[in-house]
Amino acid sequence: MAKKLHDTPNLDQLEGGPWPSFVTGLKALAKDKDYVVDLLGQLEESYKTRKGYWKGGTVGVFGYGGGVIPRFTELKDEDGKPVYKDCAEFHTLRIMPPPGMHYDTATLRQFCDIWEKHGSGLIALHGQSGDIMFQGATTENVQTAFDEFNEMGFDLGGAGPAVRTSMSCVGAARCEQSCYDEAQAHRAVLNTFLDDIHRPSLPYKFKFKFSGCPNDCMNSVQRADMAVIGTWRDNIRTDEALAKKWFVKHGMDELVNDVVARCPTKTFQVKEIKKIKAGEHISSVAVSDTHAVEINNQDCVRCMHCINVMTGALATGTDKGATVLVGGKSHLKIGGLMGTVVIPFIKLDTEENVEKLVDFAQRTIDFFAENALEHERTGEMIERIGLSNFLDAMEIDVDPAMVNSPRMNPYVRTDGWDDEVAKINAKKQAA
Amino acid sequence: MNQAVQAAAPVQKRKPKETGVPDNKKYLHPLLAKNYGNWKYHDRPRPGVLHHVSHTGDEVWSVRAGTQRQMDVHTIRKLCDIADKFAESRVRFTIRSNIEFMVSDEKKVAPLIAELEKSGFPVGGTGNSVSMIAHTQGWLHCDIPGTDASGVVKALMDELYDEFRREEMPNRVHLSTSCCEINCGGQADIAIIVQHTKPPVINHDLVANVCERPTVVARCPVAAIRPAMVNGKPSLEIDEAKCMCCGACYPPCPPMQINDPENSKLAIWVGGKNSNARGKPTFMKMVASGLPNNAPRWPEVAEAVKNIIHVYKEDARPWERMADWIERIGWPRFFEKTGLPFTKYLIDDWRGSRANLNASTHIRF
Repeated sequence: MAKKLHDTPNLDQLEGGPWPSFVTGLKALAKDKDYVVDLLGQLEESYKTRKGYWKGGTVGVFGYGGGVIPRFTELKDEDGKPVYKDCAEFHTLRIMPPPGMHYDTATLRQFCDIWEKHGSGLIALHGQSGDIMFQGATTENVQTAFDEFNEMGFDLGGAGPAVRTSMSCVGAARCEQSCYDEAQAHRAVLNTFLDDIHRPSLPYKFKFKFSGCPNDCMNSVQRADMAVIGTWRDNIRTDEALAKKWFVKHGMDELVNDVVARCPTKTFQVKEIKKIKAGEHISSVAVSDTHAVEINNQDCVRCMHCINVMTGALATGTDKGATVLVGGKSHLKIGGLMGTVVIPFIKLDTEENVEKLVDFAQRTIDFFAENALEHERTGEMIERIGLSNFLDAMEIDVDPAMVNSPRMNPYVRTDGWDDEVAKINAKKQAA
Repeated sequence: MNQAVQAAAPVQKRKPKETGVPDNKKYLHPLLAKNYGNWKYHDRPRPGVLHHVSHTGDEVWSVRAGTQRQMDVHTIRKLCDIADKFAESRVRFTIRSNIEFMVSDEKKVAPLIAELEKSGFPVGGTGNSVSMIAHTQGWLHCDIPGTDASGVVKALMDELYDEFRREEMPNRVHLSTSCCEINCGGQADIAIIVQHTKPPVINHDLVANVCERPTVVARCPVAAIRPAMVNGKPSLEIDEAKCMCCGACYPPCPPMQINDPENSKLAIWVGGKNSNARGKPTFMKMVASGLPNNAPRWPEVAEAVKNIIHVYKEDARPWERMADWIERIGWPRFFEKTGLPFTKYLIDDWRGSRANLNASTHIRF
């Protein structure tokens, strides 16, 4: 039995209502733990005063420089003693999950047992970077808890100016839209950078994210310094039985208004069957005895919309791989940046091809480490030096798929033009 | 270190096993492992349930339920009990902290849903629903929070409970909350983010000892911070006319307190979309600010969010995400329909802002 709960009139109001309540969960833990009784006390104080009371510090595990988020209370009395002394230290361990965040219950139960013994018993599944967050341990218990998680086969994630924990979608494990083995690429890339994850020494954070298709369920384009987003080069596949089944259920109005009208390049058309074209780049499938859809795949930007609406009737092609975009990040310091295309297409179907992605990631991190300013993200660095300079360093040929449009101003020195054209022509001839 | 301490025998410490990201194969549901990379299509027999069919003909039903994300071990064990009973002891989590149970027999779906709901876990969050709110740490654990995270989410999801359990929106609605302007909650159809309105209040007694001053100066996006001697101590000062109150100086220099119970407000942003479906991905835009940080249930924020969701639900066409809908109806109509005031603060003046101005006569009257 733990000590008596502090009065928490504010937090109590978060116990009502139908959504699962974290306050109810904390109170359940507080039955056995003075630690959580005092955590509730401090949190109630934050609700009263609308202020946070944690400060950082330096806490880690032996051999690593990051992965633990230290928290010490700042809520002190007149003598400088913690008001809620039992939760004066409340550190978080960031642990990297398996790709796709799959678990068996034996593993989850073991997590619970370890964290009930050495920590607060509060676990967040998952943090915004994808970590399992074991929230709340004293400085003394951090090492013991980590040792037990580590013996289970789990390792600390990233924090600070380091390669950060990554995320990949459910992907090939359960999604027909998957265009590469996300888990394989995720592990191959991340496990190359364990030193940069565990011992923060980069100019700033570097995040990889892996989405299996352009729906980008991992939000990688907006958040990842390197986003690996699945795509395909050949034609959209079709299935007539499923197309007809879809049409029976949804009809012509929905086909026209929800699919044809929403195709961003207007390459998706519905036609009388007798008017359907044939050709190397055409996908077509009958939806009824009289009508069919026709897609000219050369004009398709692989946006996924028609495939999302008519799942199964339409499917991604079979010549699959990924587009790699670099430089995504949120507001600080220069404003939000999306990742931009650096590799329009890379095959990831064999270990050798995945190794090429790893090699590109390695060279990007090396360049970032050498050239970024302190606290500058990759996207900001590229904004500062220009994409061309980054591509030069990466030995990647320029490609019009990397831009929305060519340059809109004359402020560029072009006396190397003829040499560049000669290089492009020489490469064409060699190919 | 003195000689005596150096001479003491070193304590043997366990070296970490640098194993990195673990393989997920042993954690996969047997049917997911068997059909890895070989799925054909899926449909949604009811809200909260995904039905995937493989090229081999195998079928798997995934039942999705909401959680509080910040879970106590008892809650996790309860979810494990349910997985042991119905889902071959396997679960997975989504990016929005929903849990998924995979079942190989359609007959188990209804009893599983009944058990989850009886245990207090709402089933939903699939397709065109309002899904669980991506969120951060807040007062519970962050060192720089302007507000709470789990509490805001709990209060809002209580209000959006029915929309989580139904698929009645024009398209999916992703929400996020962030307790400072760093926006760890991320881009979303609707995001709630702290917006400070006053420059930081500096404790000049502490700056010299706590802050690396050049780092703090370099961190400011508008170069409003400069070194200064204050009361005879090395400190920092702020050009308050330049300062736009982003709070970027606060993490590297906690004596520059940016959080304020009254003047740290909440802003609402709309139209973020990470998917490439239809249009290219979009960043969200600020549409409201000045909402009070009114713990414990943030009623003003909840009302504002519900209003936007309601107008979107009534007005958007099928498959239009928030950004698609606004692109069709235009920003003037968005502000008219939602009743939100369009103030001068919503006209972008940051770098690249001219791209956000209307350089045409395209105006809807």
